Amino acid sequence: MIYSEWQIWAIILGLGLGTYLLRLSFLGLIGSRPMPEWVLRHLRYTAVAVMPGLITPLILFPQATDGQLEPVRLSAALATIAISLWTRNATLTILGGATVLFGLHFALG
Amino acid sequence: MTPSSEYWRGNRDGLPLLLVIAPFGAVFGVVATEAGLDIAQVMGFSVLVIAGAAQFVALQMMVEHAPALIVLAASLAVNLRMAMYSASLAPHLGRLPFWKRALVSYVMVDQTYAAAILRYENQPQLSPQARLAYFLGVATPIVPIWYLFTWAGAALGSAVPAGLPIDFAVPITFIALIVPMLRTLPHVVAALVSILGALFFAGLPFNLGLMVAALLAMVAGAETERRMAKRRGA
Repeated sequence: MIYSEWQIWAIILGLGLGTYLLRLSFLGLIGSRPMPEWVLRHLRYTAVAVMPGLITPLILFPQATDGQLEPVRLSAALATIAISLWTRNATLTILGGATVLFGLHFALG
Repeated sequence: MTPSSEYWRGNRDGLPLLLVIAPFGAVFGVVATEAGLDIAQVMGFSVLVIAGAAQFVALQMMVEHAPALIVLAASLAVNLRMAMYSASLAPHLGRLPFWKRALVSYVMVDQTYAAAILRYENQPQLSPQARLAYFLGVATPIVPIWYLFTWAGAALGSAVPAGLPIDFAVPITFIALIVPMLRTLPHVVAALVSILGALFFAGLPFNLGLMVAALLAMVAGAETERRMAKRRGA
């Protein structure tokens, strides 16, 4: 680390405070004030708008394989989607996906 | 559905998420220690920031000796999505007293947010107190385990054998959280635009491509909903 002790702590505190303010932002400021219908309509899609985009590169270009598409991870992702559609149960999906991931890893590795 | 039954339900829904929180925390502890941070600094990250992806980005840029301000800007950009989560929770939790909303904000991470928003949408009749109880119920196992495994990773070093595809615990958990949300056509449209947008804008610096993709996806979902309602009304 080329940083001084105080620089490292400035990064930690800055990131901690900044992240907290991002989390508090709308929840803290808006509170119970009513929001217009068009805003609510957009907010209803927040989760499905952020999370698929967040994981797509992790699935297609894993850092662990230097960004190369890799059969074990890709198969585990597809199997996890199938298990989720089939069981509709988060616990079974996570366990099933992990089983496929590690099973293929040891079978092919 | 009393607040206490919602708390325990949240607890139950949060437990399987530990399968990703624990290894993710441990890997951060190991990597951050190997990068040269002392244990107080490693724990400072996990307790004050509690945002794995941003912590890894900060760490990676520190290893690359980026200027401190750039480290801060890049890792904060990764967390911009938290403001979107915050806005999306406001209609559900806005009637709570400020200190309770401030508490929820501290434990607002991808997993607690996703679990809670799914519950709120499926059970719109829940009282604000019951919604708060559910959120804190999900967070109760997750947050301490995040601290504990960060510490274990930092203190005990690499107990995880190298080469295991641990990184992939994150996408698997997210898939389990997202697929149940794809109940209507607008949700599916938003998800597809999010995926395509993230790929198309992947070249933007500081992870901003994800923000552009997410905004486009929200518009796509909302617009699909509006047109479907219009057609039904016509």
